[in-house]
This record gives sequence, C-alpha cells and structure tokens, in this order.
Amino acid sequence: MSKKKIATVWLDGCSGCHMSFLDMDERLIELFQQADLVYSPLVDLKEFPQDVDITLVEGAVSSEEDLHKIRLVRERTRVLVAFGDCAVTGNVPSMRNPFGTNAVLQRAYLENVTLYPQVPREVIPPLIERVRPVHEVVKVDVFIPGCPPSAETIYLAVSDLLADRVPDMAKLTRFGA
Amino acid sequence: MAQTITIDPITRIEGHAKITIQLDEQGIVRDAQLHITQFRGFEKLCEGRRFGEMPALTARICGICPVSHLIASGKACDALLAVRIPETADKLRRLFNLAQLVQSHALSFFHLSSPDFLLGMDADPAVRNIVGVIQANPQMARDGIRLRQFGQQIIEWLAGKRIHPSWIVPGGVAQPLSAEKREQMLAGIPEALDITQRAIGWFRSVLRQFSEEIQTFANFPSLFLGLVTETGALEHYDGVLRVVDSAGNVIADKIDPSDYQQYIGEAVEPWTYLKFPYYKPIGYPEGIYRVGPLARLNLIDRCGTPRADEAWAEFRALERGAVLSSFHYHYARLIEILYGLERIQQLLNEPDILDTRVQAVAGPNRSEGIGVAEAPRGTLIHHYRIDKDGLITWANLIIATGHNNLAMNRGILQAAKHFVKGERIQEGMLNRVEAVIRCFDPCLSCSTHAVGQMPLHVQLLSPAGEVLHEVRR
Ligand code: SF4
Repeated sequence: MSKKKIATVWLDGCSGCHMSFLDMDERLIELFQQADLVYSPLVDLKEFPQDVDITLVEGAVSSEEDLHKIRLVRERTRVLVAFGDCAVTGNVPSMRNPFGTNAVLQRAYLENVTLYPQVPREVIPPLIERVRPVHEVVKVDVFIPGCPPSAETIYLAVSDLLADRVPDMAKLTRFGA
Repeated sequence: MAQTITIDPITRIEGHAKITIQLDEQGIVRDAQLHITQFRGFEKLCEGRRFGEMPALTARICGICPVSHLIASGKACDALLAVRIPETADKLRRLFNLAQLVQSHALSFFHLSSPDFLLGMDADPAVRNIVGVIQANPQMARDGIRLRQFGQQIIEWLAGKRIHPSWIVPGGVAQPLSAEKREQMLAGIPEALDITQRAIGWFRSVLRQFSEEIQTFANFPSLFLGLVTETGALEHYDGVLRVVDSAGNVIADKIDPSDYQQYIGEAVEPWTYLKFPYYKPIGYPEGIYRVGPLARLNLIDRCGTPRADEAWAEFRALERGAVLSSFHYHYARLIEILYGLERIQQLLNEPDILDTRVQAVAGPNRSEGIGVAEAPRGTLIHHYRIDKDGLITWANLIIATGHNNLAMNRGILQAAKHFVKGERIQEGMLNRVEAVIRCFDPCLSCSTHAVGQMPLHVQLLSPAGEVLHEVRR
C-alpha cells in the first residue's frame, strides 16, 4: 500500500492548532513513517498538490484569498477536516463580525497610528465582510473542535483517518477544549 | 523587461506572508517588499469585553507564543487593579515565560531553520523540512523535539494545558506549583542543558559554511531595543527599556515601559497589514531598530547565569560593537535557551516557589493599564483602557514581530540584491531571501495567500507598474 498523503492548511487562525499538532512530539516521527506531509506551513512546497488523502484546515475564512484557497483545497482533497474551533465555528476571528470589517480596519490603521494613517489595500488580499467557518464555504467531512484540540485528540483522530476509520469526535474533544 | 518575482507563501515561518522582488530591465534587483497578508483586528474586537477576559482572548493572537500574550496582558490587568502581585506569583510567571522562551526558540531553531543549516540552502525543497531532518540526522531531530517538549511540558504542568491555558489572571496566577511537579521539572533540566550545549557546539562548527549568508542576511547598522534589569542583565518579564546603537553604545536607558509612546511611533504602508514601529526621537524610516534575541544580547551587560554568560562572551566576540548580522539571531536564540534553562532551575530552587499565596485580589482601580514583557521574538506591549464597569473601551497592541518590520524589509532587499540574478532564477536564491525572514522568526499568524499553479510566480511589469505578462514556473 502506498503511503497516504497528508496536508495541513492555515487560514485565519492563530497557528495554535498547528502547534498542538507538533505537540504530538516523538509520535510525529512515527506518523511521518506512515504518511507523507505533502503540503503544510512546515514544509517548503508552495503548490497545493493533487489527490491529497487528508487535509487538516486550521482557521476561519476571513479574506478573499482564504476563499480561493479553501475551494482549491477542497477540490484536491479526499477527506477535509475542519481542524479546531476557528475552522469549525469561526471562533475568535469571527468576533470581528458584530463590528464590521471597516470598523476593525479603522481602529488599527487610522486611529492607533502615528504616521501615514491609511488602510492598506495594495498587493495584500482584501478582507471579506463576514468571517465564516469552513463548512459554510465548502463541504467538510470531519470536525475536530477544541481551541486547540489536544495533541492526544489529534493523534487519535489522524490515526483513525489514516486507517480509513471515521473518528468518534464526541468521545475525544469538545468546543473550547 | 522589468519583472516582479513573488515568493508566496513564505514557508517555515510561524505564519504566512509573501515577498515580492522587483527587477529592472537588466534583471538587477531594484526593490523588495515583505507583505503580511493576514489581519486579525484584536485592537477593536476586544471592545466591550470585561478586562479579565483579555489574557485568554489575546492569547489567541498567536498559538506559538500564547504565553507571551498571557504575560503582557496579565501585567496590563495588574496595572488596572493597581496591585503588586505576590512574590511567588511573580516567580511563577517568570518560570512560565522562560518555559515558553525555551519551547519557542527550540521550534524556531530545530523544526523550522535547522533544515537550511543541515541540508543546505540549495537542498531539494521537497526534503528541506523537519521530516528531512528526521531522516538525515535523527539525533538532531529528536533533540529538537525533546527540547520543545520540555518547555511545553513545564507550561502544561504549571497551567494545565500547553496551548492557551487560562492560568494567568489579573493579580497573579490561578494555582500554585505543587512539590511533585517541581521535582518533575527539575528532573528534566540536565537533558535539556545537554541538548542545548550540543546544539551550540554544532552550530558554531557550521557557521563557517554560511559566511556569505552572515554577510548579507539583514546585516546593517540599526538600533536595538528591549528590556533589561535595573542593573543591565538579561530580562524577559519585567525591567526597564534600553536602546543601544550599532556601536553598542547605550543611547537611552532606564525607560519606564509605560512611557513607550514617547519612544515608539507606528507608521502604515499601503502594501502590508503589518505596521512599522520606529524610534520616535529619530523618525521614520531612519529610526529603524531590531528587537528579539539578537537585540537582547546586544543590549545587556551580562546574562546573569554562569553557562549563558560564558556563551554570551563568545557570542559578543563575533563582532566589535553590537553583533549586526541577523543570521546570528539563530545563535542568540540558542544562548537564550541556555539562559532560560539555568534560570528555570534557579527559580525552582527558590525557597518560596511552592507558596500558595499567588493572587492579589482587587477590582479595577485605574482606567488605563500598560503591560510590557519580552516575548521570544522581542518586546510585546499591551495597552488597555476601561470604563467604570471594567469593560474595555480601547486597546493598542504592539507585537514583537512588528518592531522588526523595517529591518525585515531592508534585510530581504539586501539578500535579494546579493543572491537574486534575473537571468536565471534558482530556487536556492529565493530560499535564501526567505531564510532572512526566518532569522527573525516572525510570529505573524498570517494566512497564506494564493495557491498558484506553480510555486514561483513572476510578473513582468511596465515602468508604470502595470502587468504586461505573467509567468508561473
Ligand atoms: S481554534 Fe484556537 S488554537 Fe486553533 S487557530 Fe483558532 S484560536 Fe488558535
């Protein structure tokens, strides 16, 4: 059997879910013997590959680039996992929704500034009006709640997925864990 | 024809960003910019929250250094309460902060940057990562994993959870340290010290292979800023702000961190979400300064622990005056790990470390509070205002990586000018430009940008800047 291909993707999150992934510590060595990490902030390949078996998505959908990226990732992934509360519910990034994106930009770039107040708009991706959880944009196959999910939870869930089992998330974790 | 090279996303940094490099008609690098593509908006979205929620909320700015935000936020909350926290709480917070320093520096050195040192800047990008290190040098990979694990474990033993624990509270910490956990922590010190000494020895032995990088990776005069103790030793939790110039002369000292606004201004540029702090007495953009491990080792008169002091003396002998090459951020990080481990050991042996009085209880007594600490990546500032009910009305945050924004931009331009030649762009050249950013270990928690068909995206621009032709390869 050929090795499974795993990817991890980072949208609007704090990277805490990725750090919790690294908290698997020495079990990472074992994991990377079973599966190839084909795309991730931890590796250098810059193009999201075709035919990925499992992709863990951290973070909510917050900018136009996130929208574009999650659609592409969905197309190329067999099992898409909403990884952590930001991906699952919108969590912290979506706290900007009640204020509106403009008010939030205004505080940072027009008010709390000494020189050249202006909202940056060149080259960088524009923010969308409302931050959304991943499943509002594309179909999600597995949800792993937690802020972040513990390393143990991630290990058990990923082990199940690698063995083509559906992890029983209710047993492993909960929102805000 | 003029062209723009885009490196997107930058990988192996904690967060995502992209770099554009503009070439002129002759293929010579004209300019380079670092674009931070994510914006979180915490300064606004905390409005209306109770101030006591701020530590847990702002920890979610960053999953790599949540502890730093917990600490700076906790200190800003102490200022709102107008209390002095119990001495044991102060020591436990220091312990917590140092554990974070160890784990975060280990991540930066071993997981993210060691592939460049071990496998080479020109190695195949498919293996140039931590998995490649596991294969090429299992001992080093295991060392890195163990060291980071030790730091994370101390955090978990103190606070119940490794990432985003809610143990720091206004006025102190939520729980004291147990005798059993203290023993577990002490037991891990010798192995961690060995790993660190081994890494320092190894890194010194490979430095010679990187002389070109040392010369060109953000190696220029600038100011350095950070906290030191009242007597000029290394400090990460409290203390006073000091500024030195590139010759190593102290140009401002004993600054009360609450006066930061007199010294630090923030400018906005239209092409990045990261603002540009600058040293106000000099102005923008000449008031460029660096923060973080390199800056801290340039600021101090000594570390204050025996092994780190020895390593520091060797480090400072690298250059006369301040050490200016940002490549040496990596080296500085290893020395700070050594210091962190020694201090953790000292703190654990303090007679009152198990004391159970760890929180000063009070309501809000001031309407404005500022908390400043040294995060692994540099000086972190939290500044809050509250109304009479203790609800946040305004917040300003200056995150460590922000201070280095001017230096990171100037640094990628320097490296691009040296390594990137327009006629035949090679992956290794671009990896070096990215590696400049990895020196600063930026903790941007930025989202990635486009997922192109090809890793490299070159735009041909007219002199007026319109895109004439695009190539992806
Ligand atoms: S779920 Fe929590 S840990 Fe994960 S990215 Fe969001 S805030 Fe960070």
